[in-house]
Amino acid sequence: MADLLLSHWNYFIVVLLMMIGLFIVISSMNLVKKLVGLSIFQTSVFLLYISLGKIESGTAPIIIKSGHDGHGNMDILYSNPLPHVLILTAIVVGVATTALGLALVLRIKASFNSIEEDEILNVKRAINSRSKSS
Amino acid sequence: MIDWMFHLPAIIVVIPLLSAIIVALLPSRIGWICASISSGLSFWAAIVLTAHMLDAGSLMRMSYFLGGWPPPWGIEFSVDHATTLVILVITGLGFVSTLSSNALLLNDIHSDDRSRFFAAWLLTLGGLLGLVMTADAFNLFVFFEISSLASVTLVAMGSGRDKRALVAAFNYLIIGAIGATFYVIGVGFCYAMTGTLNMVDMANRLPLVTDLVPVYIGLAFMVSGVMVKAAVFPVHFWLPPSYGFAPMAVTSLLAAIATKAALYVLIRIMMTIFGGFPDMPLMIMQWVFIPLALMAILLGTVLAIYEKDAKMMLAQSSVAQIGYIVLGFGVATLAGVQSGFIHIANHAMIKGGMFIGLGGMAIAVAGKTRMTSLAGLGRRMPITSTGFLICGLSLIGVPLTAGFISKFYLVSAIIAAGYWQIAAIVLLSSALSVIYLWRLVETLWFAPADGVETRLPEQAMIYIPLWILAIANIWFGINAGMITGLAKMAATSLFGGMS
Repeated sequence: MADLLLSHWNYFIVVLLMMIGLFIVISSMNLVKKLVGLSIFQTSVFLLYISLGKIESGTAPIIIKSGHDGHGNMDILYSNPLPHVLILTAIVVGVATTALGLALVLRIKASFNSIEEDEILNVKRAINSRSKSS
Repeated sequence: MIDWMFHLPAIIVVIPLLSAIIVALLPSRIGWICASISSGLSFWAAIVLTAHMLDAGSLMRMSYFLGGWPPPWGIEFSVDHATTLVILVITGLGFVSTLSSNALLLNDIHSDDRSRFFAAWLLTLGGLLGLVMTADAFNLFVFFEISSLASVTLVAMGSGRDKRALVAAFNYLIIGAIGATFYVIGVGFCYAMTGTLNMVDMANRLPLVTDLVPVYIGLAFMVSGVMVKAAVFPVHFWLPPSYGFAPMAVTSLLAAIATKAALYVLIRIMMTIFGGFPDMPLMIMQWVFIPLALMAILLGTVLAIYEKDAKMMLAQSSVAQIGYIVLGFGVATLAGVQSGFIHIANHAMIKGGMFIGLGGMAIAVAGKTRMTSLAGLGRRMPITSTGFLICGLSLIGVPLTAGFISKFYLVSAIIAAGYWQIAAIVLLSSALSVIYLWRLVETLWFAPADGVETRLPEQAMIYIPLWILAIANIWFGINAGMITGLAKMAATSLFGGMS
């Protein structure tokens, strides 16, 4: 168990962050905190991908020319660049999600005068009962 | 000419995406016209593509390499018969609901904001089309997020009438983002085991993997993520409020096409990516999809019966209808998957038409959709309400409508697979759906209006799209061969990937 923990410690951190993020999203009443939790959750997935691409003692995937033939040096270990590129895209998506979420929170604050879910729920209930009686 | 055909898969997706940017910059007056032209062009391109695919035979698969990079390195757009059917449905319904959208919007959106509204509208459409077209597992996630962020924006536009739309949109955003992230985790596991993201390449490499635990974990994450987006039963709870509080035009677009694309992705994951495993996906389909679908059917129908708001009632019934599609897929025979595809097409026409019709009637009462405010509108708006009724009859599956064909193929597929108890539940829920439709009919035609019985003005831009869909419902109910034929080819091409 200890060996597994030491050799795969990055994955344990990923899982831990994933759980923390998801827990905040589910448990938190504050809408901004929900978005923070969502960001943590997404970031843990980014870390998962980045971990996949890393090879021990691997270097950045830039071909270093050696010798006269101009071919790449085959002895150098390169990290896999593809997960990094994927995560670059995923980060952009994550930023867009957070930005849209925060914009919605602003509008919710303006119309419900609160960003706490239970208070918003009370306002919603009041609207429900009003439209029922009318 | 041949060159041009070759680019069609990309053209269909690029038209709405590019014109979204252009529309955002144009003055608001012409936003709607440009959106209509763009979605119409996309529809036309989809028709040309379908015709080309039909000419080419049943096992035809068209491949388009974005940027000229062949797979597995580049992103590939891949078209087979399953893709063309869904693309045809999405572009067709997208076009029809774009036509009606401007009239349905009424005062929901300030006239100065309309060009930006239609930009988000086209992004939703383009995102969904890309979702269906792409053969790259990670690219699919990006299109998922393009379409869902844009549709969250559209749902939030309902805040002008009811501020609860903002909360519905926020919940939709959070749940949708979690679903998409689950999908990405799943893709990560499969990528780690195979080193490829191209679906076909992944399907070829997955059976060679020796350690199957990560693969099955990946499958579980991917399927549960996509199920959130498709609003399959236990994770469907974002759908009724989002559809209920969104502007009517947006509901008609989302209800017709948004979940359909995700359902297509679900079956694509099961049968293309995991086509190499005959047991595990089959087990998930039979032991997960079928029970969840049955619960969705019963719960959606019962909740629709008790709903006081007509728009919310149709949204609850959408949950049940998604259940029928998933049930067809869950049977996992050729006939079952075919019935799923038939209902994807028919339900899009039914719900698109019903929401347009409901919107057309709600305009007369300042956009209110509570049952009590709709009283007597059927008598006062005969053209709109008759079109609405035809789509409603199709929903419950009256013979000579498209809905009957769906139910017929679904029930015969279920019985052929030997699950006669499930067939009984489907027939029972069909009977139950008569109750909520009858409540609508009773309110619209037989309930007394508030003293006035004059005819109300009806807008041509609402009832023409509505009647296009109503006639399509009857046409495909009588002349069902076209949709059932396309759906059979779709199912065959999916099963072709399995062998």
